[in-house]
Amino acid sequence: MADSSRTYAYVVLLAPALIAIALFFFVPVLAAFVLSFTDFDIYALGNIGVARFVGFRNYLQLFQDPLFWQALRNTIYFLLVGGPLSIAVSLGTALLLNAKLVRLKALFRFLYFAPVVTTLVAVAVVWRFIYHPRFGILNFLLSLIGINPVDWLGDPHWAMPAIILLAVWKGFGYNMIIFIAGLQNIPTSLYEAASIDGAGGWHRFRYITLPMLAPTTLFITVITMIGYFQLFAEPYVMTQGGPLNSTLSIVLLMYQQGFRWWNMGYSAAVAFVLFLLILLVSLVQNRLQRRAAH
Amino acid sequence: MRLARGLTVHLLIVLLAVITMAPLVWMVVASFMANGEASAFPPPFIPKQPTLDQYVQLFTRLNLSRYLLNSAFLSVAVTFISLVINSMAGYAFAKYRFAGRDGIFKLLIASMIIPAQVTMLPLFLMLNKMGLVNTYFGVIIPGMAGIFGIFLIRQYALSIPDSLIEAARIDGAGDFRIYWSLILPLCKPILVTLAIFTFMGTWNDFLWPLIVMTDDSMYTLPVALANLSGEHVQDTELMMAGSVMTVMPVLTVFMVLQKYYLSGIMAGGVKE
Amino acid sequence: MGIIIRVSRIITIGRCIALIAGALLALSCGEEKSGATVITFWALGNEGENVRELIPEFERRNPGIHVRIQAIPWTAAHEKLLTSYAGNSMPDIFQLGNTWVPEFSVLGAIEDLRPWLQTSNLIHDSSYFPGIWATNTIDSAVLGIPWYVDTRVLFYRKDLFLAAGYSRPPRTWTEWKDLSHQLKHLAEEEGREAYAILMPTNEWAPTVILGLQRGSTLLKDQNTRGDFSGPLFHDAFEFYSSFFKEGLAPIGVTQVTNVYQGIAEGFFAMYITGPWNVGEFRRRLPAQLQDQWMTAPLPGPNPETPGVSLAGGSSLAMARRSSHKREVWKLIEYLSDPRQQLKFYQITGDLPARRETWRDTVLMNNPYARAFEVQLNHVVPTPQIPQWEQIAMKVQECAEITSREKLTIVEALSELDRSVNVILEKRRWLVYGR
Repeated sequence: MADSSRTYAYVVLLAPALIAIALFFFVPVLAAFVLSFTDFDIYALGNIGVARFVGFRNYLQLFQDPLFWQALRNTIYFLLVGGPLSIAVSLGTALLLNAKLVRLKALFRFLYFAPVVTTLVAVAVVWRFIYHPRFGILNFLLSLIGINPVDWLGDPHWAMPAIILLAVWKGFGYNMIIFIAGLQNIPTSLYEAASIDGAGGWHRFRYITLPMLAPTTLFITVITMIGYFQLFAEPYVMTQGGPLNSTLSIVLLMYQQGFRWWNMGYSAAVAFVLFLLILLVSLVQNRLQRRAAH
Repeated sequence: MRLARGLTVHLLIVLLAVITMAPLVWMVVASFMANGEASAFPPPFIPKQPTLDQYVQLFTRLNLSRYLLNSAFLSVAVTFISLVINSMAGYAFAKYRFAGRDGIFKLLIASMIIPAQVTMLPLFLMLNKMGLVNTYFGVIIPGMAGIFGIFLIRQYALSIPDSLIEAARIDGAGDFRIYWSLILPLCKPILVTLAIFTFMGTWNDFLWPLIVMTDDSMYTLPVALANLSGEHVQDTELMMAGSVMTVMPVLTVFMVLQKYYLSGIMAGGVKE
Repeated sequence: MGIIIRVSRIITIGRCIALIAGALLALSCGEEKSGATVITFWALGNEGENVRELIPEFERRNPGIHVRIQAIPWTAAHEKLLTSYAGNSMPDIFQLGNTWVPEFSVLGAIEDLRPWLQTSNLIHDSSYFPGIWATNTIDSAVLGIPWYVDTRVLFYRKDLFLAAGYSRPPRTWTEWKDLSHQLKHLAEEEGREAYAILMPTNEWAPTVILGLQRGSTLLKDQNTRGDFSGPLFHDAFEFYSSFFKEGLAPIGVTQVTNVYQGIAEGFFAMYITGPWNVGEFRRRLPAQLQDQWMTAPLPGPNPETPGVSLAGGSSLAMARRSSHKREVWKLIEYLSDPRQQLKFYQITGDLPARRETWRDTVLMNNPYARAFEVQLNHVVPTPQIPQWEQIAMKVQECAEITSREKLTIVEALSELDRSVNVILEKRRWLVYGR
């Protein structure tokens, strides 16, 4: 009696969430996968009979498209520069806030975290103005130390660094919190023992803090990397992928192909290549982690 | 020596805080400036004559109250519905044994890698067939169930002693009663955390409402703001006021409920 | 006890949500005028804001009609129109960039307006510039009524031309080249870095215009293949690239604020651009330079005719699925009335599509408008296919690559044709393959 009602219970408990996820997440994902093997485009939007099944052609086209490689390059540039920068800033601020002698921890934690909470569209308005070549604060500050004005969002060399700066500012608070939790998990007895043995601050950091933080750091690296691969909102709002496609990310390319040009088959193929890429890198990181743990 | 180190650390912290908050502070300051005041070199940090002009414009000419209400309604609705649904699922994953439980859960976690934008086009077409495009349900329905929410709740529910649940069963309580009267109250901290996450996530969500809402009366604040800034590129002060209105509600919610939100991140982030 | 508290809390929350929903409904209902037919009008960009000024008069003349305007920024317009079509929530009437007409016609989203034109006293095709009207005509169906027009002409510094020995703007490619060399020569003599003309490589217009002037059709085989490697376009592209190779145009991207500074400082003396810059030049160039700049029709390869330019602008389109077509046609007729066209010009600076409006003293007295009117009689549509926007982007990328000499012209053009042919594959299949 209890068993059958228990069976009934978990089905009822699970059903709403799982049905919603299946219907509104997994089904679209599958549909996108199928679409990637068709040439569904604007003609098909007017008349579905015109869509054809084209096998791997979208994927082949993708690999021959210089725009795709540029998007990939840009995304990896963002990852390789922004990732470590963001993690370093998060770790740095976490260390600062964790120091015993600091007062008003909660206040500063709030201030550092505030950007994470804000709406990107809203802060993009501010940052577009900060980056303004003539009236922007950044160029003003640079002029105080004798550097000529830079056209941050209009110069293909500086647009991506500008996006990176925005992304780091907006996101470092999140990882900082996780680092703080990780730091607080390190038993103080280890530090005490080390100071008794005469180890200095840097020594303590290198041989106690860093190794003890390793699992946290790995976790943060993985989620940051996955998130950064999916770079979309910042270039969409700030530069629309320009200038000269220097801030075009893979997801932005996918969006433009899908929603602007309505090349839905091609767009879906881009999405899946990205997914495979992220999967590959995650697996590699996983393998490295297991090796490091030994 | 100690003092010097303490001073440097405090100095660094304050400096970093100033840099971090500077854009937001300037946003607020500029929103009180008159038209055109902000576009000057060197950039002004204090309005010559603080004015509420921009805010008045937002609410009268540009209909901001409508967008504000849309955002508020959608955020509350999605939060409420997803809390119920996700807590049910999270509890089931934590405390019930059934075939494939761990497998399904792992699949859900793994699928968090898939970028949400992949689903947008097919989802849009699906909702279109269902007649839900340009309606509130178009935003509510996809936002209802979230894998991260289920994960958080399961994590938390795992720590509830089985003995409590057993005791309640012995007392004759049915499964649903247990969920409602025992588990939910015990999960209050994580529920508050999840509510904040969901509220802020829905409030800040920009791309999906942009796609699904074609009528401007249905826009949420971020979408309206993006629209506005496309049109009024020159009206910096107006845009700043719009940004302040968009950011203030979430910032306030966060300020009041910091403790829960941050503890939620830590719960999700730190490996045991 | 616990259940009761939970349930009552749910009820309270439910009540709050209902209240908010009710408030929202009330807000939305407040706008409707009782009994009137409501038509939705999507206008884009600047025009979206400004057209509101013309509507009260229309509603006064047509008391049973209420127009709900939505202003959509250009950056989102293309996407929004497509998604609204896919979502079956198109407005009744909308503004369409005229290069988008082919796309929406393929979708079957816009109404063929010929039946409406036959019975109309107010709109005739003869009232419009032929090149502009052509952009709205596909296979003899008329899919939009031109609202305002746009083309590219030469903006230049009169004084610098004079110093280089030209008392009037160049009329042929030969003169154009010669003048450019003179300008460069002059700058070198004075020891300053300067150029003859600004041709930003983030614009596809100059490249395409020169190709059209030379007689290239840009695409061939019923617009299913690229003809950019063909001799005519190759010729035009060589001419275009020679400006960079011979140091007559700066290489690299300059963003908009520099254009006004650039021409004011004499960093370059010519710029090919559109009517919106008339207002901008007036606003941003220093006062002492205001009588030193002028507009002129584009030079062309032959001495007999001016060079052709782009047939640009926006049209008014009627949604095929609209249930208020009569009312929409009334609005189209109203906005096409020469007096409303004149008013709209005065508000926005957008050049009117109706030729009668150009006879009005306001425009006759505008010295800068003269060049535009001449040019508008020599404009050519770009290929009227849905893929044109994508192809235009590829042309622009090609121009950028060649200006930086990353590829030779032959290589760049054949690569352009290759990528264009990929874009056109579906169209080839539809035209030939089935």
